[in-house]
Amino acid sequence: MKAESKKALFEPIVDNNPVILQVLGICSALAVTSRLLPSLIMSLALTAVSALACMAISMVRKAVPGNVRIIVQMTIIASLVILVDQVLRAYLPEVSRQLSVFVGLIITNCIVLGRAEAFSMKNGPWLSFLDGLGHGLGYSAILIIVATVRELLGTGSLLGLQLLPLKSAGGWYEPNGLLVLAPSAFFLVAAVIWAVRAWKPAQNEKPEFQIRVVHRTEVS
Amino acid sequence: MPPDAVTKTPGGPMKAWRDLPADSPVRAFAIVIAVCVVCSVLVSSAAVVLAPIQHENALKVRKRQILQAAGLLVRGRDVVEQFAQMTPRMVSLDTGEYVEAGDPVDFDVARVSRDPQSSSAVPAESDIAKIRRRPAAMPVYLVEHAGQVETIVLPVHGYGLWSTLYGFLALDGDGSTVKGISFYQHGETPGLGAEIDNPRWQAKWTGKQALAGDGAVLLQIVKGEPRGEDVAHQVDGLAGATLTARGVENLVRYWLGEQGFGPYLSRLRATKGEQPDES
Repeated sequence: MKAESKKALFEPIVDNNPVILQVLGICSALAVTSRLLPSLIMSLALTAVSALACMAISMVRKAVPGNVRIIVQMTIIASLVILVDQVLRAYLPEVSRQLSVFVGLIITNCIVLGRAEAFSMKNGPWLSFLDGLGHGLGYSAILIIVATVRELLGTGSLLGLQLLPLKSAGGWYEPNGLLVLAPSAFFLVAAVIWAVRAWKPAQNEKPEFQIRVVHRTEVS
Repeated sequence: MPPDAVTKTPGGPMKAWRDLPADSPVRAFAIVIAVCVVCSVLVSSAAVVLAPIQHENALKVRKRQILQAAGLLVRGRDVVEQFAQMTPRMVSLDTGEYVEAGDPVDFDVARVSRDPQSSSAVPAESDIAKIRRRPAAMPVYLVEHAGQVETIVLPVHGYGLWSTLYGFLALDGDGSTVKGISFYQHGETPGLGAEIDNPRWQAKWTGKQALAGDGAVLLQIVKGEPRGEDVAHQVDGLAGATLTARGVENLVRYWLGEQGFGPYLSRLRATKGEQPDES
């Protein structure tokens, strides 16, 4: 049991990361990562929703008939997302405005629904909670890496604090404009995938097709 | 969760519930309704509990916009504290006098315009800003120094190309020289009409003479950098956004004119920037 909970919590962070291995939740990872602060808040929001939704869904899993399970999952996830959105609007209005629709779009985030359907429907509440939390943290790790690089090299600042003095303000750093734009997040996610797979070759996928030399002797 | 508890309690209706087949529609309906009720109670209580804090935040945002329009916003300092230097008042548009008509900061112009009690229809021929209905009283935000009005911030709105533009026009204490213009809500095309948010364009408004001595609106948006004798009244338009710029011109002309804050501004000019009567 102990090993099982540990696996549920930590495996999604590196070994089975939802963004870089399962390639889920990419949309928001691209959209919110131009600054670190909104990325941190978005990570927190998704982790909270994912952990609580997985737990709640696991609690009702035996009572919910199979034919309406997705709608029940969606209802629970959507309610939690609205809850998180309301809390953000009340206590972090500035960040909430920057994140705009992306908090609401957690409802359709594949990570949350995917874990609810694949894991929480088969496992107990505590384990599901850890699984949801782990996947939230896995998503957060990628968001934080991408956002740190984008904000630092794209604007020379981190969390709004100017670390690299800009040329336009008399310093030496010429900001990389590409990193402010969404496509740069693609390149960075790809770079992270490359780095992680170089470190853990087990994550490499088998090629779907093998080009093979056909010898004359095999063709009869 | 109720359904789990239900299956564990023996007897009566509970037994009937347990005997329902797992895929019966009654069961599905009951479960879905139960989940929905729990979720909606959760969501609505959160909305109700957090509403006052959210409202306070919205007011803070409004105060920041007003300060920004007046050119007084200092970043990193508490907005509420900074706003203390402003005097918000309500002004009757017909008479130009100060009136008591609710909170001038917590003022939603779109909502007030819908209310037949506190607004009236604008005749089509004079509705150049295309606002259709006009509140009887609008807020003004003043910066005063030693009894003299230094800056007047007027809320303005009107139709652009796609959307209603909501913003603030800041005038000097003389009630005619433009100090600044800014918009806090609009839905114009990014890169074209939305260039009204560009600080470089907004800076072109500063120092323009909006009104003639008799209160006639002189301000115009023209194509190309203004030259010649009208340079004091003309603002360069936005390339590629002629219609949005025309909308801005119309709304400024409307709100500075007789239908808008005209009567108030002429009263202000008559008293040379000293506070007119106290209401």
